[in-house]
Amino acid sequence: MTLNKSEIKWHLVFFLTIISFAVNVAHAAIEEDKYQQVEVAEPFVELHTGPGRGYPVFFIIERGNTVKLIKRKTQWYKVKSQKGTLGWVHEDKLARTLTTNGQTFEIDKPDQQQFVQRDFETGVLAGSFEGATVMTLTGGWNWTPNITAELAFSQAIGNVSDIQFVNLNLMHQPFPEWRYSPYVKIGTGAIFTQPNATLVQAEDRNDEMVNAGIGLRIYISRQFFIRAEYNSYTILTSRNDNDEVEEWKIGFSVFY
Amino acid sequence: MENRIQRILLIALVMGFSQLLSTSTFAAQDEDDSERDTGVSNVRVFDPQVERREVDRDAIDSENWELGVHYGIISIEDFGSTEITSFSAAYHVTEDFFVSLNYGETEAGLSSFERLSGNVVLLTDEQRQYSHYSVALGFNLLPGEGFMGKDLAFTSSFYFLTGLGSTDFAGDTRSTVLLGGGYQVLFNDWLSMHMSLKDHFYDIELLGSAKTANDLEISTGFTIFF
Repeated sequence: MTLNKSEIKWHLVFFLTIISFAVNVAHAAIEEDKYQQVEVAEPFVELHTGPGRGYPVFFIIERGNTVKLIKRKTQWYKVKSQKGTLGWVHEDKLARTLTTNGQTFEIDKPDQQQFVQRDFETGVLAGSFEGATVMTLTGGWNWTPNITAELAFSQAIGNVSDIQFVNLNLMHQPFPEWRYSPYVKIGTGAIFTQPNATLVQAEDRNDEMVNAGIGLRIYISRQFFIRAEYNSYTILTSRNDNDEVEEWKIGFSVFY
Repeated sequence: MENRIQRILLIALVMGFSQLLSTSTFAAQDEDDSERDTGVSNVRVFDPQVERREVDRDAIDSENWELGVHYGIISIEDFGSTEITSFSAAYHVTEDFFVSLNYGETEAGLSSFERLSGNVVLLTDEQRQYSHYSVALGFNLLPGEGFMGKDLAFTSSFYFLTGLGSTDFAGDTRSTVLLGGGYQVLFNDWLSMHMSLKDHFYDIELLGSAKTANDLEISTGFTIFF
């Protein structure tokens, strides 16, 4: 049985609806007791109607009262007061609350220390692949603070062809604790070139490639960093000469 | 008579009290004994019967991902306007900005040239299939509350999108820039509605000379946060 595109669309809509219901039911099923509780230590905290500083303050909880932590969205926590009022509080306001055993509740904010000790990172980069616009999606696993294994999928769209390539890279960062941390990388991959339909005698090509590069990670804040890199690719073609391609790109990454 | 009854009751009362007193002193003595016992024989570790609850940030449910389906109209330059269905996935990094992935597909109509000239066909059916994807950075602007009637208020915000991607049309893939914006209303924590206007522009050389095509898309959609 084959599905046409519109059928696939309606299936997706259907699944999204199911998921949303499931999420709702799951929320309802969570017992009150499951929520964690902290005691307000600031003179008071303000409850906003939404998870943002632009949403109005409508309620205040004074020092000594406890609040239940329901959920979080970006840097905002949805809390429930003892009387059952629900509202949103910024995590900075909760930084000075107490847990039930009287200790300071330390919100584990991602910082540069965690950047050094990150396990995974994902990112998106854009730039120039020998004049063509290139976009890359990356996913990396940090084996040690110095060594990262990375899988990268790229698409470069030029005036004459649509190029897609996938690379497996090994990266080494000698100074992981630096805010501007340089790295070197080597890798191998496959490249698929599809010439534009307007060209007459062109054929699709599928080749292997090897690459080397240097780059820089710049830690910004929280779990974000910028990445900029230069790569040199050697495409192992079936012709007499190999292709050499230079690539520059810059992008945004998140670590976990 | 009265006196005798009073006396009996009094005696009963005194006896009762003395019994109570004796049991309580007994109990006190018992405790003393047990404390002395433990003090002499072995040291018992103090074990408070209090439930300890650490606050674990990761155990608090976070809702930073947003998935959605959108439906609207796109005007494909030179090839008329058609309805388009698109899918979006966004990750909210802070309250101000988010990263968004979008994919949309439709089928282009006939160009005016094809319509007027009668039997000229520029594209095959397969080439008329149109799809685009983009990775965009979004910025939330003007957050606030929108009222419906007197008592019902929904949180809402405008947003601005800039992104890069590609458009698959007329047999080729073209690198595409996305600029757009929209208005989002949240009905509750996890369900929201979007109304957006996006411009996808790319270079195309299909009709003789190269030019920049602007494909404007206006759409409405629903998203869920999880």
